[in-house]
Amino acid sequence: MADSLVYLYAVGDAAFGDAVPPGLIGVGEAPVRMIVEGRLAAVVSTVDPLHFSEDALQRNLEDLTWLAATARAHHAVVDAIWQHRPVAPLRLATVYLDDDNVRAVLRANEAAFAGALDRIRGAREWGVKAIVHPQPDADLDPTLADATLGPGAAYLQHKRKARDRAARVQQDVQDAAADLHRTLSAAAAASHLYPPQDPQLSGHREHMVLNAAYLVEESAAGAFTDVVKAWQSPHVDVELTGPWVPYSFATLEES
Amino acid sequence: MTLVGTDDDLALVDLLDRLLAGGVVVTGDVTISLAGVDLVQISLRALISSVATLVDK
Repeated sequence: MADSLVYLYAVGDAAFGDAVPPGLIGVGEAPVRMIVEGRLAAVVSTVDPLHFSEDALQRNLEDLTWLAATARAHHAVVDAIWQHRPVAPLRLATVYLDDDNVRAVLRANEAAFAGALDRIRGAREWGVKAIVHPQPDADLDPTLADATLGPGAAYLQHKRKARDRAARVQQDVQDAAADLHRTLSAAAAASHLYPPQDPQLSGHREHMVLNAAYLVEESAAGAFTDVVKAWQSPHVDVELTGPWVPYSFATLEES
Repeated sequence: MTLVGTDDDLALVDLLDRLLAGGVVVTGDVTISLAGVDLVQISLRALISSVATLVDK
C-alpha cells in the first residue's frame, strides 16, 4: 500500500497563483497545498491511507462523527480558497494515489473543468427550503353534522370530510412549493433540486416539500434574497441558507 | 454532537446534501473511485441510523 494518498478538494485557474492561505489545515489535520498543471490548479492535501484508502473510507463514511468532521474540514478549505478565487469543489472523499494522478486528471478534464469554472465564476449558491406550515388541527365541528344521520353515517361523513380537507391542504402545499420554486428560478441563473430532508435530520417536525439550490450572480444576490423574503404563503414556511460556494452547480458537462 | 438548530452557521445536513450529492465527480482508472450514487445512499443511511441511535439514547 502507498505511504500516502492525495485528497482533492477543488480545482481552480492556475492563473490566480497560489491562493492557499498560510497555515490552512484540511481533512485529517493535513496541510493544504496546490498542484498546478497547465491552466488548472488543484487544491489538495497529503493524507494517510490508514484513514483515506478505499477500505478505510467505506468504513469511516459510516461513522457519523468522522463524516461530520471531514465534511466540515473539506468545506472550510473550499470556503477559504473561494474567498480568493473561484474554484470548482470536488465531491467529498475524492482521493488519488499520488500527485501524478491528480495531474493526469487535470490534463484529461481540462476543458470540462474550465467549463465548470466558467459557470460558477462570480456567482454564489443560495439554499431554499419550504416546510409545511403547521396546520391548526381544525376538527370539524360535530354540531355541524347532519342531524338526520345515524351515528354510523355521521361518523363516515366526518371521516370523509376530514379526508377531503387533508387532500385540499396537501394540494395547497404542493402548489405553494411549486410557485416558490418557479418564482426563485426566474430570479436565478440556474437551479438544482435536492430530495427533501428527512424530518429526523432537518430538525423540523413538519414535512419538507422543497429543498432547492439556486445559482445567483453575486451582483444579483440582494435582489434574489429580497424575492425570497417577499414571497409568502399561509401553507409553507421558507428557510434560506447561504451564500454557499456553488457546490450544486460545480458539475462537469457530460461529454 | 449536534446536527441541527445549532449555533453553527451550517447545519450538517445541509452541508452533506452538497458534499455528498454536489461537487465535481471525476471518474477514471487513476482514481480511488468513491464518488458515486452508492456512496450517497450508504452515507445517508448511516446518517439516518446514527441520528436515530442518538435520539433513542
